[in-house]
Amino acid sequence: MAATAQDSTAPLRMGPEKKDEDQDEYETEYSPFYGIEKGAVLQEARIFHDPNLDPRRCSQARSAARARRAAQQRRTPTDRAALRPLPQWERPITRPPAAPTRRPQVITKLLYLLNQGETFTKQQQQQQQEQQQQLTAMAAAGGTKEASEVFFAATKLFQARDPHLRRMVYLCIKDICPGSDEVIIVTSSLMKDMNSTVDLYRANAVRVLCQIVDSQLLAQIERYLKQAVVDKSPVVAASVLCSAVHLMAHNTDIIKRWVNEVQEAAQSKHPMVQFHAVALLHALRATDRLAVSKLVTQLTKASIKSPLAQCLLVRYVAQVIADSQPGPSGEARPFYDFLESCLRHKGELVIFEAARAICNLRDVSARELAPAITVLQLFLSSSKPVLRFAALRTLNRVAMTHPMAVTNCNIDMEGLIGDSNRSIATLAITTLLKTGNEGSVDKLLKQIGGFMGEITDDFKVVVVEAIRALAVKFPGKQRALMAFLAGALREEGGFEYKKAIVASILQLIQIPDSKEAGLAHLCEFIEDCEFTFLSCQVRDRATLHLAQLSGDLGGPAALLSAAARRPDPGALEARLKAYLAEGEGEEEFDLESVPEAPSTPARAAGARGAAAGAMLPGTTGFGGGGGAPAARGAGGAAAPAAVAAAFNAAQAEAEAALKAVPEFAAYGPMFKACPPARLTEEDTEYAITAVKHVLGGRLVVRFDCANTVPEQVLQNVTVALDLSGAEGFVEEACIPLPQMPLNATGHCWSVLRLAGGPGAMPSGKLGAVLRFTVKEIDPGTGEAEEEGYDDEYQLEDLDVSAADYVKPRALANFRSAWEELPAETEREDDYGLGPREGLQETAEAVVGILGMQPCEGTEAVPPNARSHAVLLSGSFPGDRPALVRLLLGMDAGGSVAMKVVSRAVDEGLSEAVHAIIQEA
Amino acid sequence: MALDPTCPKVKNLLLLDSEGKRIAVKYYSPEWSTVNSQANYEKSVWGKTSRTNARGEAEIVMFDDVLVVYKCLGDLMFYVTGGQDENELILYAVLQAFYESVSILLRQQVDKKTVLENLDLVLLAVDEIIDRGLVLETEPQVVASRVSMRGADGDVPVVEQTFSQAFASAREQIARSLLK
Repeated sequence: MAATAQDSTAPLRMGPEKKDEDQDEYETEYSPFYGIEKGAVLQEARIFHDPNLDPRRCSQARSAARARRAAQQRRTPTDRAALRPLPQWERPITRPPAAPTRRPQVITKLLYLLNQGETFTKQQQQQQQEQQQQLTAMAAAGGTKEASEVFFAATKLFQARDPHLRRMVYLCIKDICPGSDEVIIVTSSLMKDMNSTVDLYRANAVRVLCQIVDSQLLAQIERYLKQAVVDKSPVVAASVLCSAVHLMAHNTDIIKRWVNEVQEAAQSKHPMVQFHAVALLHALRATDRLAVSKLVTQLTKASIKSPLAQCLLVRYVAQVIADSQPGPSGEARPFYDFLESCLRHKGELVIFEAARAICNLRDVSARELAPAITVLQLFLSSSKPVLRFAALRTLNRVAMTHPMAVTNCNIDMEGLIGDSNRSIATLAITTLLKTGNEGSVDKLLKQIGGFMGEITDDFKVVVVEAIRALAVKFPGKQRALMAFLAGALREEGGFEYKKAIVASILQLIQIPDSKEAGLAHLCEFIEDCEFTFLSCQVRDRATLHLAQLSGDLGGPAALLSAAARRPDPGALEARLKAYLAEGEGEEEFDLESVPEAPSTPARAAGARGAAAGAMLPGTTGFGGGGGAPAARGAGGAAAPAAVAAAFNAAQAEAEAALKAVPEFAAYGPMFKACPPARLTEEDTEYAITAVKHVLGGRLVVRFDCANTVPEQVLQNVTVALDLSGAEGFVEEACIPLPQMPLNATGHCWSVLRLAGGPGAMPSGKLGAVLRFTVKEIDPGTGEAEEEGYDDEYQLEDLDVSAADYVKPRALANFRSAWEELPAETEREDDYGLGPREGLQETAEAVVGILGMQPCEGTEAVPPNARSHAVLLSGSFPGDRPALVRLLLGMDAGGSVAMKVVSRAVDEGLSEAVHAIIQEA
Repeated sequence: MALDPTCPKVKNLLLLDSEGKRIAVKYYSPEWSTVNSQANYEKSVWGKTSRTNARGEAEIVMFDDVLVVYKCLGDLMFYVTGGQDENELILYAVLQAFYESVSILLRQQVDKKTVLENLDLVLLAVDEIIDRGLVLETEPQVVASRVSMRGADGDVPVVEQTFSQAFASAREQIARSLLK
């Protein structure tokens, strides 16, 4: 057939090729050819003006040429350089303009420009879109006019009878994408084609129409489209079904009326018709789980011939299985047999889809996995790289949860380590790392080391993750694995990659034997790390481990003394201390002399909390290191959640800083410290962050100030708060910072008394201005000048909200605590949260806003749940408890609604809880 | 409401020359809405694939949350991009449809020069394979015959080919596969 496919057009296309060769050489030899491009085009444009040309043809040609000329003018020199030399059909000399196929060539040129001269495409389309919004404003713009002109001209070509030309016109209309007011011009022509006897005209007209119509017009042509669904020509039926899948997005109601026709089309013998019909049937039911389940039952019994349709069905089945509640153990999953039967399908496409679906089943058993693994194993020895990659990627994922199930494939995978496709080789290694035994680790590490330099960072991260898992599995191989990671840490690499390595080493450090070696590697890394954030994190973590190493875990103060007063143990500690001294200023470890001294160990405590929350959830690192401070706040909760842990660590840090100022001792114990808030943009001259503390009926604000300008000294630094914007605050005291350290942090303080006693919780925005005395540094002597001048620097407002007064409170029994609180304080309110990613994400966000402690494990939303209740407990200043029941529900469209019911010791507090949510 | 997420989707089809320059491309996904982002994407795809040998079998690479299957033919590179979770073999089927239909339309003369001379056919083939990201047809013969509008001017439609035509076509294909 290939021989005959081109008969009508072939001579014209293939003919000039030989003739053209000389010119082609000319073109490659003399690149200045680019220079005459414009001239050639202008000349071509003149040909279009030729009076001998058919006027219809001329109008088309002229507008295309104009569009082209406009594109030339708009292009910048670099754009022009990016354009490749004109293909031969762009040159006027080679082909007489009167040739009958001239017009499609002009259209091709237009499409070439749309495809190639990219700025042109973009501008035109953008203008088109804008035009739809504001017609008048754009009417003046030349580009819009041109696009419209081209479009109008193209519509004239409907009068020509050449099928190829017609096909190009269809494509052209789709690419130009006319504005809604222009669509009407082509609809009648397209409608005519939709009723043509030629299948391809019908099919293409349907596709074009469905792409450009609006709902109103769609309603008018709906009857024709509905008929076309059951058209006996597969190309027509497939076209309309495919278009309907797109139309579903905005015109669900219209498409829903076609359900019977679509059902019929799903029985079609033609594979693509069946595929699109099945896709549409599902799309029509996608929001209704029960209907999807029924559809799946129906389709699994029907005979689906199209491999793509079968793939869809496999996906639907997987979805139904995921949505169904897991039955009692041992009971067969519904539809599992169907998936297994798909493994024996004759199309690789379907086999793979089914194998993948089985591997991804939730809580899949080894017995269920076995047949899928077997077919994937066969794929591993395929000659097609795509198939090998697909199988290996799936096996790699299975190996994370079921390494034993994959061990049968080890020999096949070992053969793929040397695969010429690096992605396959990497996957093979990481999978083997997960499934291999202890003896093969050294061999694998050697092989990996051989090609680490050649793979992308994405894959390097995968390798590092695999090594981390391996280290946990085979503690005996710690030394070799640590050496590998250390080597990797020294190599070049991006942030994510280095972060993965650091996280891995930090995990390895948990194992006592590798602690010293790991810390040594990290220390080395701190010195050369190019990522500031990462090196800070490493430093903080290292400090924590240093403290652990010295065996003293007695909270911030003890940490401090551990770091400051014991000169040993060993070189490692000395090295760390040297680094810390370098980074933080020399007196850092001397508790008595400098007020900001506690910041270093305290930050370590903070980092520890953050790490427990973010970096290494659930590892032993936190439990050991954070014992003392965590236990105090968590009230002996058996397994303090990451939230509480991070919170307590931050509290301990803040409290330590607070205690360093003797003036605050009289205020009594700290109730709560809020997370730091930046008051300056990043990379400004001064970096100021504020930490609010609630204690003794006061709001004590600590401002962490850092100077980044080495040419000046800032002294007597205060932050003046403007209280006029908020009620209920009275300025009580202000402790200035004698001198703002360069690139390090010093504190100044403001104390606001809360009018109305310890229970008051005023909120509002407080304007903040940094005030200080500047002294220039004499560049000659390096000394600060004697005389300074006062200056100020506007900071961002300091927000005080109701949430600042809440802290999480662990609770053993939520129900009894709820009952104990007076029922009349109960306040209830509903909130619509709009579309969200999922309930888990929503729950986390709301818990974050409220700053309360989730109880009884309710913070975890079960997978696929459509509604969920979170129980929260918190307390307000004066240790007054408040409890919240948070009910979340998600509708079919993904929108989340929330009901908040609160109880507290008094009504004011209960209302305060709602105020927090309303403010957020 | 967006497209049904279970439906296989193609993010783009690319046809680049031996220097990674664009010959014909079609993007279906909003990720690359600007010309710059498209150019960057093409550059990074080409950078990751140009040194591999995809002449025999189509190759595959995964990066930045996309899967790319590609095949080198003559001095041209054919690419199909899909999402990270897409079935690799569906993308592969689309790639096959892409380069085989172009081969058929250009009568196995697949090189940059011929493609540029017949760019209209290549653009039409792309349009017949993917409709706004959805797979419309993957049978290269069918795509080729639709591109050349066979049946529109009184020609014999593919489905009604005579035995001799079918035989001739089969013979040519066998000859081609032997010559590979």
